[in-house]
Amino acid sequence: MAEALTFYTLAGLILAFAVLVITARNTVHSVLFLVANFLFVAALYVLLGAQFLAVIQVVVYAGGIVVLYLFVVMLVNLKRPPEAHHDPRRRSRLGVTVALVVLAEIVVIGLYGYVQPAGPAAAATPHLVAQNIERVGWALYTEYLIPFELASMLLLVAMVGAIVLAKREL
Amino acid sequence: MIDLYVIPLLKIFFILTGVLITVMYLVLLERKVQAWIQVRLGPMRVGPHGVLQPVADVLKLFVKEDITPVKADRWVYTLAPVIVLVPALIAFAVIPFGTSVHLFGRKIGLEVSDINVGLLYIVSVASIGVYGIILGGWSSNSKYPLLGSLRSSAQLISYELAVTLTFVAVIVMSGSLSMVGIVNAQYNHGVWFAFAQPVAFVIYFIGGLAETNRSPFDLPEAESELVAGFHTEYSGMRFALFFLAEYANMIVVSAVATTLFFGGWLRPFPNVVSLRFLDFVPSWAWFVAKTFCFLYLFLWIRATFPRYRYDQLMRLGWKLLIPIAIANIVVTAGVKLLL
Repeated sequence: MAEALTFYTLAGLILAFAVLVITARNTVHSVLFLVANFLFVAALYVLLGAQFLAVIQVVVYAGGIVVLYLFVVMLVNLKRPPEAHHDPRRRSRLGVTVALVVLAEIVVIGLYGYVQPAGPAAAATPHLVAQNIERVGWALYTEYLIPFELASMLLLVAMVGAIVLAKREL
Repeated sequence: MIDLYVIPLLKIFFILTGVLITVMYLVLLERKVQAWIQVRLGPMRVGPHGVLQPVADVLKLFVKEDITPVKADRWVYTLAPVIVLVPALIAFAVIPFGTSVHLFGRKIGLEVSDINVGLLYIVSVASIGVYGIILGGWSSNSKYPLLGSLRSSAQLISYELAVTLTFVAVIVMSGSLSMVGIVNAQYNHGVWFAFAQPVAFVIYFIGGLAETNRSPFDLPEAESELVAGFHTEYSGMRFALFFLAEYANMIVVSAVATTLFFGGWLRPFPNVVSLRFLDFVPSWAWFVAKTFCFLYLFLWIRATFPRYRYDQLMRLGWKLLIPIAIANIVVTAGVKLLL
């Protein structure tokens, strides 16, 4: 009961902040609402018994990525460039098409992707909670080793790219 | 019911009160210690030997006029000090002040909550604290704060990496992320991790100095450089919050150093039976004494070393501390695997 209440409160807050992100006038306010969104998602992870994931969410997303966004937003002068071609009818047709496609996807998933809910022990049993990090570690290094290595390569490429772009002479 | 709500609330109340009073007197202590090192006396007028100086300071900050720059972003300007202060205070939730006590027939641990990812919680809380500094500078709509906040936040996120890497070395040794678990691991190993991981300790302390914007890494708020950095335009109570946050951060860094590297609430040589007579000293007293040693070290270093220039500071963080911390982790993991 308390869990359901907490979940719906958190979910409502997450959605509210997400809407505020896209409707805020000031870009910096937008970024701040995004931070709040991520923090509430981390709280949702805690509710699910994945404390490690919650803390990593705060450290990486809220504390790293959004700080990067904030730097860019603060320092780059964001004025809208004048549009060269502007056909409002064409734009809205595209928008409606995309929205309908997404709606169809959601309906299909809702109808045909129905999965049996996990048993009542889905929320944290004590030994699972204590072994949070071990389980993530094992999974990363056994079952998901290839994706892990690929993600590392991707980060390496990004780092090298950043250095190449920023260096004055090679 | 009582265990779930009342006891943690009481603990939070005591810890917050303790932290606030400690911060007040830490400010006085800083002025006094700096003065004595510089062969002068420091505050002497308010109360005997300046002991009531913090009271005067608090009163002054309360009644000072609260100025908001004309084109400042009102909401963010108000929110920035709060965003800096709250993480500094909530970090105290996982710090173990001592072993458990038996009060009123209950076994009460001396930390507010011993979560299983305690150390990472402190890292995450520190990363949130960076926002307050960025936003404080930006929202003041003024040159010096903007520059100061950019420098300060870049410094913070750089040294956060080095500090987190030293935490990894400690985690490899202790096998647990929970703060109480780390102290227990030091008890089981029979050695404080400062002696098992001297490199990690040194890097952590240097990173801690940079994380709290303390000398010699205080260029972002140095008076002769940027007026007062990101908190130039803040006055009165808002400035008090920034100030409070800086000193609370200092206490957190010292407390974490104590817990991770100096055995937390363990007495010296905890496994040596012949020193059992030292057990009359309560565990929290050891913890407080060790934390104060680190705080004194902070103040001592401020009065001793010249300031790092900003590019030297960044070079130190990225090119020196991070590679050494990574090498330390590799060596630690290798040794642990082989032994």
